[in-house]
Amino acid sequence: MKLTLRVWRQKNADAEGAMSTYQVDRISSDMSFLEMLDTLNEELILNGEDPVAFDHDCREGICGACSLVINGDAHGPERTTTCQLHMRSFEDGDTIDIEPWRASAFPVIKDLVVDRSAFDRIIQAGGYVTAPTGAAPEAHATPVPKPDADFAFEHAECIGCGACVAACPNGAAMLFTSAKVNHLNVLPQGAPERETRVLDMVGQMDAEGFGGCTLAGECATACPKGIPLVSITGMNKEWLRATRKAGKR
Amino acid sequence: MSTYANYPTGEPVVDTKAPEGPVGERWDKRRFEAKLVNPANRRKHTVIVVGTGLAGGSAGATLAEQGYHVVQFCYQDSPRRAHSIAAQGGINAAKNYRNDGDSVHRLFYDTVKGGDFRARESNVHRLAQISVEIIDQCVAQGVPFAREYGGLLDTRSFGGVQVSRTFYARGQTGQQLLLGAYQALSRQIAAGNVEMHPRTEMLDLIVVDGKARGIVARDLVTGRVDTYFADAVVLASGGYGNVFYLSTNAMNSNATAIWRAHRRGAYFANPCFTQIHPTCIPRTGDHQSKLTLMSESLRNDGRIWVPKAKGDDRPANRIPEDERDYYLERIYPSFGNLVPRDIASRAAKNVCDEGRGVGPGGQGVYLDFADAIERMGRKAVEAKYGNLFDMYQRITDEDPYQVPMRIYPAVHYTMGGLWVDYDLQTTVPGLFAIGEANFSDHGANRLGASALMQGLADGYFVLPATINDYLARHPHHDEIDAEHPVVQEVLAETGDRLNLLLAVDGDRTPDSFHREVGELMWEFCGMARTDSGLRKALERIPQIREEFWRRIKVPGTGEEFNQSLEKANRVVDYLELAELMCLDALHRAESCGGHFREESQTPDGEAARRDDEFGYAAAWEFTGTGDAPVLHKEDLVFEYVHPTQRSYA
Repeated sequence: MKLTLRVWRQKNADAEGAMSTYQVDRISSDMSFLEMLDTLNEELILNGEDPVAFDHDCREGICGACSLVINGDAHGPERTTTCQLHMRSFEDGDTIDIEPWRASAFPVIKDLVVDRSAFDRIIQAGGYVTAPTGAAPEAHATPVPKPDADFAFEHAECIGCGACVAACPNGAAMLFTSAKVNHLNVLPQGAPERETRVLDMVGQMDAEGFGGCTLAGECATACPKGIPLVSITGMNKEWLRATRKAGKR
Repeated sequence: MSTYANYPTGEPVVDTKAPEGPVGERWDKRRFEAKLVNPANRRKHTVIVVGTGLAGGSAGATLAEQGYHVVQFCYQDSPRRAHSIAAQGGINAAKNYRNDGDSVHRLFYDTVKGGDFRARESNVHRLAQISVEIIDQCVAQGVPFAREYGGLLDTRSFGGVQVSRTFYARGQTGQQLLLGAYQALSRQIAAGNVEMHPRTEMLDLIVVDGKARGIVARDLVTGRVDTYFADAVVLASGGYGNVFYLSTNAMNSNATAIWRAHRRGAYFANPCFTQIHPTCIPRTGDHQSKLTLMSESLRNDGRIWVPKAKGDDRPANRIPEDERDYYLERIYPSFGNLVPRDIASRAAKNVCDEGRGVGPGGQGVYLDFADAIERMGRKAVEAKYGNLFDMYQRITDEDPYQVPMRIYPAVHYTMGGLWVDYDLQTTVPGLFAIGEANFSDHGANRLGASALMQGLADGYFVLPATINDYLARHPHHDEIDAEHPVVQEVLAETGDRLNLLLAVDGDRTPDSFHREVGELMWEFCGMARTDSGLRKALERIPQIREEFWRRIKVPGTGEEFNQSLEKANRVVDYLELAELMCLDALHRAESCGGHFREESQTPDGEAARRDDEFGYAAAWEFTGTGDAPVLHKEDLVFEYVHPTQRSYA
């Protein structure tokens, strides 16, 4: 395959960015999208040019590092992570636009690499169960109904890639935050901190400058792990419940 | 080469920390004998932790809970992305919830045997004991393990064992356990007890007056190289499988932290013990950047086969049942498709070498679910393995519900690593190594679902108990002065190395060298090794190294986000580590576990150990780049599990 790539190039956080055009040749349809970019970078290095910076690590769709907007879609045309996207999804002669996540809470570091530390701070605000090492009761002391365990798992699958934010017209982080709230709040182990968790995480989410949610639903469409849109409804319920309870105290 | 292979043998290395007495009482005894640090004094101690995977994440969180000041590093943009996250299958624990005859002793026995009698009994027994606490801890954190309808935890079987002791969270067990550790760590970051440095890579170790006192690390965003000081340094930086270029490791997983520590005095043990995982997706071409694992759990229900006839290129479903060779079931009737990884990998290599491999280049075997789908129904198969099937289909464009998967072995895990004593302390006082970074528990072959167990055992339970002893015995370290000549020297060496990489301005990329050394290692130090092949590799590696420093090209500068520079610097260390791996493989003229020397096999082609000559762990001492290292042997004593020829037939 022969392709034309239009790639966002930005030297650093303070520099102006722009799209640059590159031609790549001899691309196999079995290549992953990132292997196609590897090919481009090998050529750029040998030509003495700066290779395109992009985040990637496991290349198995689980670490959540890769983060490209491809032809306007977070993670590209298939419902998967960028690293699991293969060139067979494209045609010979295609022009492909490649951009970083676009959100004010995710500033660009270089080229296609953005700073997603805001997600870490949302988790730090309450996305955990306080269970110091050594203090745990026997695992079977508290059975968890299978539907609850499955519900928790489906939300715990979030890989923290940020596609939900990149896809959202408002740059909101509701799907990311709600996934963790739902995962922990449904479990008996997460119950004691149920209210503070949702209030603190939502508070941190707002403080980070993520946009508000208008239930556009783009987030759930872009999510490579299929976190459902109703996850947000679940978090809103938790938040309302916690707010009312806090009011009564 | 001639000088490098003529290594001297030094004094034996002895584990002075494992207590005497019955193996089941040693951990209690050690914990009692270890000195404690008064809770009020703990905040005066700083501990550096490098890495945030299962071992590092759990250690950082637990040390901080105990009151230590933790300074932690990861190269990823978030501690949540460490490569433990990619572990699929599960975590072992001797809970015996199935009432199927499991016990701490059986897990201990299986692990020593699975490791082909090259692990330390006291360490392995401790691991088995702690395994049960790990499950409790993770459940308390909200890890969503698979459960049965009664609400209790589900388990499944894994290779090399005959009980069902593997706890799992669909095919994402590593992810869920890591998020548990990450969340515990996040709580401590928020509380101010952990100072977290993401996108920061350790480039060297600072040893002052014979003790590990800090590290040199580079901020990958600004390029700034800085020093960080502590009373103890913990390396949880993972394994070195990426020496092979193609492996199931993450692209940026690397050996720099452990290799730099080795250069500063930490012995490196059993570097040739690498695990080739039998069930990975075969490569498609030269563009391949990494390999993807298909969980071993698939071998519970999938049947492995190749055509009986050489060169049979009919599609799988046109090959009648009586023309298929279910070779694992045939050769190993009692374990069948669930033989340990090293055995399954070698068997796959053998049938492919015979010309019976399938798929492009004949480098593959079938993993077939047709029988499972017929027996359990497609829905049940989907519930158990759905995400793995999806991943397979995405990568290969083939539907494993319709046609059998094609799999081939790939480098997956490294049992070798920094030598540590029972306290997980290296030969450099104050330097500890945990998780895959150390060599301690898996011998010559790791059983499935045991890496997660070891990472969390080390991080949550072992290190937090043993590091106290060191800190209590070295209570009031002088503040290290950044102007100290040793510190300045290490800093200058790091700067010089990076500047040199940038200055060569040659005509080859870091990846091209990485690929070259990786292919060499796969050919000569991979699934089967020979004296002559290893000698060839030992001759070639210094030549590649020399060429590297003449022809490497790294664009850009050091004072910016520069992924080529990161890569090139990691390749520098691979080019030295590869040499030690080959030497270790050459010196160990026996076969054991993942280390298969063609010269040492039984008449039916199984690995033949030579316990009298090689019943030891080989700990190597660095003497200089390209200079012969010194071999220190740790004799392995088996009081409880007597070495036998492993039999899975």
